[in-house]
Amino acid sequence: MAEPFQFVAASYLIRIRTERAQTLREMAQHLRGTSDESIFYHTFQSLETHHYSTFSSDFAQWVQAACNEHALAEQMATVDLRGIVSLSDLREKLAGFVEEHVAANPASGERKGFEPFHFCEAVEMTVPLDDWASSLAELADGIRRQSLHTLHYHFITSRLRLKLETNDFSHWVQHSLGRSDLAERLNGIDIYTNTLEGVREEVLATLAAGGAQ
Amino acid sequence: MNAPTTVGALSPLKLADYAPVIGDGEIAEIQHLARALSGKRLKMVNSTAVGGGVAEILNRLVPLLNDVGLTTRWEVITGGEEFFAVTKAFHNALHGAPYQGRPEWIAAFLNTNEANRQRMQFDEEFVVIHDPQPIGLVNSRDGAPGRWVWRCHIDLSHANQDVWEFLRPFVEKYDASLFSSPAFTHGLSIPQFLFYPTIDPLADKNRDLEPEYIRKVLEEFGIDAKRPIITQISRFDRLKDPVGVVQAYRLVKKYHDCQLVLAGGGASDDPEGEAVLAEVREAAGKDKDVHILNLPPWSHSEINALQRGSTILVQKSLREGFGLTVSEALWKKKPVVASAVGGIPSQVIHKLTGMLVHSVEGCAYQIRYLLSHPDFARQIGEYGHQHVRENFLITANLKRYLLLFLILQRGR
Repeated sequence: MAEPFQFVAASYLIRIRTERAQTLREMAQHLRGTSDESIFYHTFQSLETHHYSTFSSDFAQWVQAACNEHALAEQMATVDLRGIVSLSDLREKLAGFVEEHVAANPASGERKGFEPFHFCEAVEMTVPLDDWASSLAELADGIRRQSLHTLHYHFITSRLRLKLETNDFSHWVQHSLGRSDLAERLNGIDIYTNTLEGVREEVLATLAAGGAQ
Repeated sequence: MNAPTTVGALSPLKLADYAPVIGDGEIAEIQHLARALSGKRLKMVNSTAVGGGVAEILNRLVPLLNDVGLTTRWEVITGGEEFFAVTKAFHNALHGAPYQGRPEWIAAFLNTNEANRQRMQFDEEFVVIHDPQPIGLVNSRDGAPGRWVWRCHIDLSHANQDVWEFLRPFVEKYDASLFSSPAFTHGLSIPQFLFYPTIDPLADKNRDLEPEYIRKVLEEFGIDAKRPIITQISRFDRLKDPVGVVQAYRLVKKYHDCQLVLAGGGASDDPEGEAVLAEVREAAGKDKDVHILNLPPWSHSEINALQRGSTILVQKSLREGFGLTVSEALWKKKPVVASAVGGIPSQVIHKLTGMLVHSVEGCAYQIRYLLSHPDFARQIGEYGHQHVRENFLITANLKRYLLLFLILQRGR
């Protein structure tokens, strides 16, 4: 019998760190020095909150809105987080983009942004729920029932937690139900250009198409 | 001096009442977090039981904390006129106003804190002190069993350094500090957490109202419901720039036959209110379309009706802690024109959930724009409502406190 899927409620408190970037040069320095949790917060965590801004990455949003550096902002925003399995890889990419941009455009490195960038990090608190799924239909029911924070935890932050290029739902569907096809389709849902509610709808539609009734 | 008072007879709120607003899943998650804190005791302390955003938050939050199993007491420190004059000067200086304090002010501040401290007991597992007025109570932390938290509701981004450096050693005695925006922090040696202030969608100030009641309130105040109504809800405080709102209204009035409503009251810890009210009346002159309403602190339903009956809501603050009236307005799906200060940009995302401005002229221009584009005004009102639902409701605040206490309990 398949190992059941247990839903976990994850909540986050935002801790404000002491690093502040006023310029792109300072941004590059702090990207190298800040905590892994901060890199995580401003890239993965922000997927939970950016419904209205252009980019889902806080770093990219600041580079565009405060520094008016659109090309660099696009570079930073379009790193495919699904291809990243460690925060050090992500840190390297982001800091590298800024350093290369400043090297090519030295004046941009010292220009003050309209407002500083404040580095934060999320402190995670998880509570395993008494909510289990043993079939696709039960998985869909749970996803429908649980909050968006739980969806975010299982579908987005799980990639880093497990250092997997997948998510909790795909992982379970593949390993416990043997449905590699469905796992792949779930993993293909775009988490960057959608709201979390939109992601939930797509996950449910994909599960329904895959046989969850 | 009177003894510090415990605030009683709060609303009998239940977390379950919010299920229609935030959903069963979110309610269940909050209950799960609370279970791990069941039976723990918490004390909240501030300087006023009525008037102002802090008292409003506590009035709703404390019953919810009790409902989820945390035994919570809310106590208010007492002080004389001199103490509150000093704390008002501190408050203004922390918002960036000039400060010319006298040495005896420091003594008055410290003595009042010490007198309150002597009268209070702190045997709870968690103590949360709100704002600078009672900050010195932390001297009771040594030897007390609890974890101490300082909740700062003030925009410290332009803080007067003399006042801040006087307060800082007190702040750094706490286990953690809470700020409404990252921009308000000062690189403290203790953990700093982001706590957005929040509104209560079920409170008299925010709940849905019958259209008939809204019409009645407008009529009682002599406001014409048929013509555009521009409203700022704020206590009469120079930092809210009510005179600037009158100036913006005059610029709009050249193009639109509109009315202005300035409604608010003076909090019991704000001795400047009367003077500011007089300045606003002078600025308004004899214009019958300017309605200056000095309302008592219990006028929540009337304020709700004024907001819902308005065409556009304004918050033209010069400095702001967070500006809860903005979230209130957004919750009511109203187009908002607000200054880009303090915590307002967290609530108003320019052209998406409202309009951000930086001057009297900018404020007037955006009001004119919204009056000329009602469809756009309606759309940003809808987005604003959604933004508040996700971020600025009291249930999110409750959850943040539970998380904080769990983190402190685990010593992280």
